[in-house]
Amino acid sequence: MTTREPATESPTEPAAGAAAAPIIEAVGLGRDFVLTEGPFLRRTRRTVSAVQDVSFTVRTGEIVGYLGPNGAGKSSTMKMLTGILTPTAGSVRVAGMEPSRQRTRLAREIGVVFGQRTTLWWDLPLRDSLTLTRHLYRVPAAAHAERLAELTELLELEPFLGTPVRQLSLGQRMRGDLTAALLHAPRLLVLDEPTIGLDVVSKSTIREFLLKINRERGTTILITTHDLGDVERLCDRVMVIDKGRLAFDGGLPELRATVPTPRVLVVDLVAPAPAIEVEGATTVRVDGPRQWLELADNPARVIAEVAREHEVADLTLREPDIEGVVSALYRGTVPAGDRT
Amino acid sequence: MRVHAAVYARGLHRHSTYRAALVAGALTNSVFGAINAMVLLAVFAARPRISGYDAGDAVTQVFVGQALIAVTLIVNTAPSLDLAERVRTGDVATDLLRPVSLLGWWLAQDLGRATFTFFFRGVPTFCVGLLLFDVVLPGGPVHAVLVLASFALAAVVGFALRYLYSLSGFWLLDTRGLWTVAGLVGPVVSGMLLPLALFPSVLADVLRLLPWASMVQIPAEILLGKDTLPGGSVFGALLLQAAWAAALLALGAWATGRATRKVVIQGG
Repeated sequence: MTTREPATESPTEPAAGAAAAPIIEAVGLGRDFVLTEGPFLRRTRRTVSAVQDVSFTVRTGEIVGYLGPNGAGKSSTMKMLTGILTPTAGSVRVAGMEPSRQRTRLAREIGVVFGQRTTLWWDLPLRDSLTLTRHLYRVPAAAHAERLAELTELLELEPFLGTPVRQLSLGQRMRGDLTAALLHAPRLLVLDEPTIGLDVVSKSTIREFLLKINRERGTTILITTHDLGDVERLCDRVMVIDKGRLAFDGGLPELRATVPTPRVLVVDLVAPAPAIEVEGATTVRVDGPRQWLELADNPARVIAEVAREHEVADLTLREPDIEGVVSALYRGTVPAGDRT
Repeated sequence: MRVHAAVYARGLHRHSTYRAALVAGALTNSVFGAINAMVLLAVFAARPRISGYDAGDAVTQVFVGQALIAVTLIVNTAPSLDLAERVRTGDVATDLLRPVSLLGWWLAQDLGRATFTFFFRGVPTFCVGLLLFDVVLPGGPVHAVLVLASFALAAVVGFALRYLYSLSGFWLLDTRGLWTVAGLVGPVVSGMLLPLALFPSVLADVLRLLPWASMVQIPAEILLGKDTLPGGSVFGALLLQAAWAAALLALGAWATGRATRKVVIQGG
């Protein structure tokens, strides 16, 4: 497990220290659930660990992607960070507070968006939900108006501010939810699948917006997603959780390097043929005249050999993409040293 | 407090968006009220006085009940507070992420709804009663204020009960059965279906003291100026309503603490 050490900081210089100050600190975080199962009177209790011994630090200003397959413990972690779930082991501090004990106070410091849920008022114009946050978070009227104007421009809310939320498209609703989560200028934005179900243009609007508020306001962003486009565009750093344990924590290039996903040579033959057999490569898939060869060796030599033995129409060399890397991590083909 | 005023205003505004439902609701309440009143008129034609009630009293109580039906939502056999559905689906998690209390948030919102419903559905229904039957009106401005205060307390009691039914979803997997029972028993024990005066007097006296009576029977008796009121006076009756409102809200606050601890500690 690669855990970043928090930077040493001078307590006498709060301004300089604030830039690198940890906003989330999880130490040995764990969460067990007790399940009762079986027929009545013969019930057995079983303890299931959703999260085990997860330690990480997120510093102010970072954008961190939190990835993991369904059921890996992502949501449980998010719930513990926002205070709606108490850890059964370890500890966590967010913005200097203990989330489960200071949930309501913490709520003033953070913004949370669950992609599959909404905090907006279904029957009312979007504007009504957004003006309510002023009272909810006790934001001064002038500051609120200024932020709302800014967010309205950035997320192009103007055309539908007066539309009841139930009539908004998913992309519009998500922009509304993001605005609602940001009007009190939270230091930390926690996003749970913010681009789920959105089209390419809406996704891109939201990604560019998140980058902008991170750069300009220094808002720390923790994002869970299954969309690796989000990760590649947004995250400086990724954490991968699998079966409740942190399987990886580091930058994107390091993530790519962790898993030795082979490069793939895609060969288009002139006519369909049986799987190509060549030294230094394994044919993993055949589809008509197209074949996929996983390279274990120097591509130049393999390409030359394939071209000599077969009549080739086209060749493409594919670099491992983040998707392949992550699915290799999920499947458990991670080097033993990185797993416990 | 300002946030609650804002939430109240939005609850009020929110229900103003469904105008057709409002007209349909007022019509339903008027028609049902008229049928109920005619049945009672037939009863009182056979026996002009029952436990201190005459035909006019009975008809007035019917329309008090119909005017408060959508305010207190006691006849609904389906979950009638959005919170119930949010507990079932887990959306309540986003409610817990707001920096305000769950109870205060929902109380403000529901009172907004109740206020709007009272003026735009309850009052028209009551006016239909006035046109068609000999419905009793308050005896003066002071009496009218006391009656409105009683209606307001009825709305709070109605909310507090529905809030508790909704929270039970944290322990029961599905609260629909509970809502069905509440929606069937509630109208009977509250005096909505029949004035409690028509029940055997011992039973009626016990039912008067339960929270359900505070939603219809007590407000109706305050309007009618009955001496059967708990404590024998309008103020005794208002005190009983206020006590129920306070007790049920306190229970609601306690249950909220238990429910959130259960979710926060045991997981949801």
